[in-house]
Amino acid sequence: MAGVSPKISGDTRKHGTRIFIIWLVASIIGSSLIYFVLGPHLPPGTMTNQARGQQFDIKVLSTVATPVLLFVWIYMGYATITWRLKKGESWADGDGMYLKGNRKVQGWWYFITSATVLSLAVFGTYELIAPAGAGGGEGPSPIWKPASHHMLQVQVIAQQWRFTYRFPQYGGMETTSLELPNNTQIQFNVTSLDVIHDFWAYQLGVKADANPDVNNVAYAKPDQLGRFTVRCDELCGVWHGAMYNYGTVVTPSQFNTWATNLEKQNAAVTKLLPKYATTYTPSYTGAGGGYYPPGDPNGNL
Amino acid sequence: MAIDMSAPTGVGRPGDSPANGTSRGKGFRLNALTALIAGAIGYLFGHWAGNAIASGYQQVQGSGQNDIAVILGYLFGTVGWFAGLGALNYPIKKIFGCEPAGDEPSYEKGVGKYFRFTLDHKVVGVQYLFGMLTYFFVAGLLALAIRTELLSPTNHIFSPDIYLEVVSEHGTLMMMMMTSVVMGPFGNYLIPLMIGAKRVAFPRLEAASFWFTPASFVILLSALWMGGFQSGWTGYAPLSIQQGVGQDSYIMAFALMGFSMICASTNMIATIINYRAPGMRWSRLPILVWSLMATAFMMVLAVPVLIDGLYVMALDRTAQTSLLYGAHGGSPFLWENLFWFFGHPEVYLLAVPGFGIVSELAPVFCRKPLFGYKTSAAGMIGVSVLSFFVWQHHLFQSGMNPDMRPMFMLTTELISIPTGFLYLVGMGTLWKARIKFDVPMLFVAGLFFNFLFGGLSGVYLSDVPADVTIHGSFFVMAHFHYTIMGALIFAVFGAIYYWTPLITGIQLSSKLGKIHFWTMFITFNSTFLPLFAIGLLGQPRRVFEYAHRLQTLNDWVSISAYLLGLSLTFFVVTFVWQLAVVRKPSPKNPWHSRGLEWQGAMPPLPHNFDTIPVIQSGPYEYGDPNAIPMVEWGTNGDVTAPASVGGAS
Ligand SMILES: [Cu+2]
Repeated sequence: MAGVSPKISGDTRKHGTRIFIIWLVASIIGSSLIYFVLGPHLPPGTMTNQARGQQFDIKVLSTVATPVLLFVWIYMGYATITWRLKKGESWADGDGMYLKGNRKVQGWWYFITSATVLSLAVFGTYELIAPAGAGGGEGPSPIWKPASHHMLQVQVIAQQWRFTYRFPQYGGMETTSLELPNNTQIQFNVTSLDVIHDFWAYQLGVKADANPDVNNVAYAKPDQLGRFTVRCDELCGVWHGAMYNYGTVVTPSQFNTWATNLEKQNAAVTKLLPKYATTYTPSYTGAGGGYYPPGDPNGNL
Repeated sequence: MAIDMSAPTGVGRPGDSPANGTSRGKGFRLNALTALIAGAIGYLFGHWAGNAIASGYQQVQGSGQNDIAVILGYLFGTVGWFAGLGALNYPIKKIFGCEPAGDEPSYEKGVGKYFRFTLDHKVVGVQYLFGMLTYFFVAGLLALAIRTELLSPTNHIFSPDIYLEVVSEHGTLMMMMMTSVVMGPFGNYLIPLMIGAKRVAFPRLEAASFWFTPASFVILLSALWMGGFQSGWTGYAPLSIQQGVGQDSYIMAFALMGFSMICASTNMIATIINYRAPGMRWSRLPILVWSLMATAFMMVLAVPVLIDGLYVMALDRTAQTSLLYGAHGGSPFLWENLFWFFGHPEVYLLAVPGFGIVSELAPVFCRKPLFGYKTSAAGMIGVSVLSFFVWQHHLFQSGMNPDMRPMFMLTTELISIPTGFLYLVGMGTLWKARIKFDVPMLFVAGLFFNFLFGGLSGVYLSDVPADVTIHGSFFVMAHFHYTIMGALIFAVFGAIYYWTPLITGIQLSSKLGKIHFWTMFITFNSTFLPLFAIGLLGQPRRVFEYAHRLQTLNDWVSISAYLLGLSLTFFVVTFVWQLAVVRKPSPKNPWHSRGLEWQGAMPPLPHNFDTIPVIQSGPYEYGDPNAIPMVEWGTNGDVTAPASVGGAS
């Protein structure tokens, strides 16, 4: 019966210190590279304050994850090089160290992982609340809202398999294309006429499920001009993959021209649409093939 | 199942001899073929009955689709399947007051037993092993079909509906079957051997748990002949209510797999608690047993909620209730909640057995005690408990309970503490070890590498603002493939290489195993690492069209996926070849393990042990010159005990 191999018991090198120093140097370099070099290019970009917040979160998480990743890699690499059986060696000359645990190491591990995790939870909560829901869908009555009172209301209506947009402040007109004014606080009211979809405006940092009979509110404030992509992000049936289009952020005056023109152009059609409401029950207008019986649980009819 | 009132059997039963219960093999016996025939008859009957009942209903008339007929067909088909196996004989006899044969297995020779409803836990383990590999490879082929479609953003191989059928089949098959990929083969085969039991607590439940799986597999695949289902494995309503009859296959298959999990885990819990050998204290239990115990508890608590949800979905589709969609008081949120209340524990019941396997194997190949045994067990229990408090993180943008998001963000991030214990234990075990990189140890190392990506990406997903970008994207897809395939499946292959010599007595080539490992490890990472980037760059899941700028990355992934498929094919061919043709006998206890399962005969005796093992020490006492062997054998007829145990021979 063999005990600990003399190779192990006779080893007096300070492995822990070595690993720590290699790790410290690698982490400082790695985390700095992630934060300062890669960070500004991380998705989803900086088109709105919400997107910027998400980019910041992804950047911070990557900066924190790097030392963790490096610690495991460096430790395991070091262990593999140092403690693997070399050519010609076998277990015949003895086993590894008889070690069933170490109070100090375990204690520090519990403490460090708990502290990291709790800080991340606090950080995430702050980053969720401060930018008013961080661009995510917040249900019909959000408790985290932007401070500004004047907001452009944009209703996103999802159905199999397209998005349309309604602007209650412009006579309730409905369009298939989306333009948004720059530097304006926007409230998206996302709903669906049939199954669950998801309104994902990638560059705006907005994502909200479109549920039938539910108004799901999300906020964003663009501060850059340009085009953004809208994709459906919840499986909604056969043409889910084709359910995308593009929107544009334009200057407020361009937007105003676009919207008022459309309002006039569409006036005849708008009259025929159901009255603007936060949710729609398709059978009210005969749409949806009578799949849903009349009556809106939100009392909007 | 009826309660067994017969005299207790098992550990400690006097006069237990191999002759017991071997006298039943006479004449024609029921098997998988008769089960198939009876199942087909049952299906036809159910289908006819459904049509008879529902033909007058308005929504059935002229639609060409009758959900009631399909569901009843599957239901009676399953009953027929079990009747054809002979699984119902025992409970029926009990109900009518006859005294059926006991639950002692008939330890027969030959391969016929693998095609029958068998009460021998080792036979069930082998049935599961080959069943699970079959399911895994079929679902894997579907994945290659998905990757083929995604070679081009705009040129299509499949129509969009076929594409979604393939995606949904792949996802559902993997997610429902792989829940049992450890508990089925290794849990059933090894647990009694590891705890020193001659049998399991509920052999009929155990056998039933296996025979649910082929029924479930066939039913799920049969959807493809009926237009499939395009709702993904998540089956969100009202999309799932809107689907054709293929969705009924999803309901029935998933529910049957749920019953399988409940049967298997009930047996697992009862066996581990009650059938431990004398001296097998909780503190000496092999860590794999702890992990399966934690998994089994998650299963019995989470799976009924899934079955409940599926039942509600079936009602909506057949009895025209509207529980899962609006207007009559129903809500799509109900399904999302029921599904993820099961679905999140499920993710962990896929992960924890993998943790158990690597923690079990690491000490053997490090020649060291497991570092932080209690921490390891506590981590698995912690993960299991917390897994019930995180499900809403799948629904951060759903608009449901938005005020609860900080709480679910906290619980989700908390779960990384017990999960991280795996790394504490693994890294502590490597410290001043004598690591031998045999094939199983390579897979252990592979898990530690892969799961790091899986775990760390989970932290991004738990952060609500970051999740706004990555929810529902390929990032999520990469994340859970890293945790399930990168961790669980790597652990399973490690376990196959580790325990095959024990189960079959056949030695697997280390050279072929190493080729398999390195090709699989490299191609796996090459397949799934770029998917994180694809997701971050804006590609949603389950789409057949994507942005042109993502084509290079997608093509890289697809080609890597083919190579990964080749690597797995290499495994299948070499594994079957070595088992069927080469059949090189393995030396006894080839890894010099202290584990109890290695101390008996190899392959194990039909009734596991001739005498009752008395456990004297823990399984991981490597490096202690004064360590006593784990087991002391009784004195009568001690033919299996090796001359020396625990030493490095
Ligand atoms: Cu959609």
